[in-house]
Amino acid sequence: MSIVTIERKVLEKNDELALQNREVFQRHGLFVVNIVSSPGSGKTSILEQTLEHLKNKLHIAVIEGDVQTDFDAQRVAKFNVPVVQIVTNGGCHLDAKLVQDALASINLDGIKLLIIENVGNLVCPANYDLGENVKVVVASTTEGDDKPLKYPTMFRNASALLINKIDLLPYINCNLTELKTNALKINPKLKVFETSCTTKQGIAEWCTWLEKQV
Amino acid sequence: MHELSIAQNIVEIIHKHIPEAEWEKVASVHLKIGKVAGVVSDSLDFSFQAITAETSLRNTRLEVESIPFRVLCNACGVTTENEVGFTVCSECGSGNTKVLSGSELDITEIEIAEPAVKIS
Repeated sequence: MSIVTIERKVLEKNDELALQNREVFQRHGLFVVNIVSSPGSGKTSILEQTLEHLKNKLHIAVIEGDVQTDFDAQRVAKFNVPVVQIVTNGGCHLDAKLVQDALASINLDGIKLLIIENVGNLVCPANYDLGENVKVVVASTTEGDDKPLKYPTMFRNASALLINKIDLLPYINCNLTELKTNALKINPKLKVFETSCTTKQGIAEWCTWLEKQV
Repeated sequence: MHELSIAQNIVEIIHKHIPEAEWEKVASVHLKIGKVAGVVSDSLDFSFQAITAETSLRNTRLEVESIPFRVLCNACGVTTENEVGFTVCSECGSGNTKVLSGSELDITEIEIAEPAVKIS
């Protein structure tokens, strides 16, 4: 037997492409957010509210990631912002190459904020750096208060947590204090927002925080 | 199932670092996978076997070393391990900590069989 020592990151190729993306973002003075969550937590609704709130203050572009359909891109296009839909055709996450290809279709001149909505999945996107500045995780109250413990990586790598569908709390069995405590044990630096896209609770606070990051 | 794409990355790394004439002889690949890397070793093994079955890497095994999630507390100075991935210190409760390990997804060694693995 002979041993070849190599000491490589298994995902080094993705990391290299993410670095290239990061250079492109820096060159354009772009702040990039990667929004992650399980399917149905309300990522696209949060995005719609964010665009409504910030589109007159900031030039924003959007990359949408889904396994199938361009439904989300259609929803975003109504806000008259540049949007590209990535359809992964079964792929469970976006990777740096998919984002790099999507960037070719967006004129980044003048854009200050790029929001990437990842594929709904709390596991796989955690491993793939896209070149973003921050990850934001959305967890809705209907998913229960134990999500941070079940999917810790996503919460540990995120800068902000949006606890969405907060208006449904009276009707469901979700302990908000428990949810926050669990998330903060995983990542004490998480900035936590309680949001509802129906009542608009917390949207202004979240948008103010986001605007400050840009 | 991102294990499939991770398996493809492993194949590409082998191809990049080992001359093609030696691929048939690659006996094993050593990996370090952190407890909270979000990678299921069994799924990775299954994916790797599936994509290499009809190739020159069909005799290659994956050897996985699991790396614990370890946190160093800057407040009390104690290093602790936990399975969940809490970054808060389990000794004193401080959030002023540094994660030492547990997110690895590294390929460390490739073992080449000499002489060549017999082809069936």
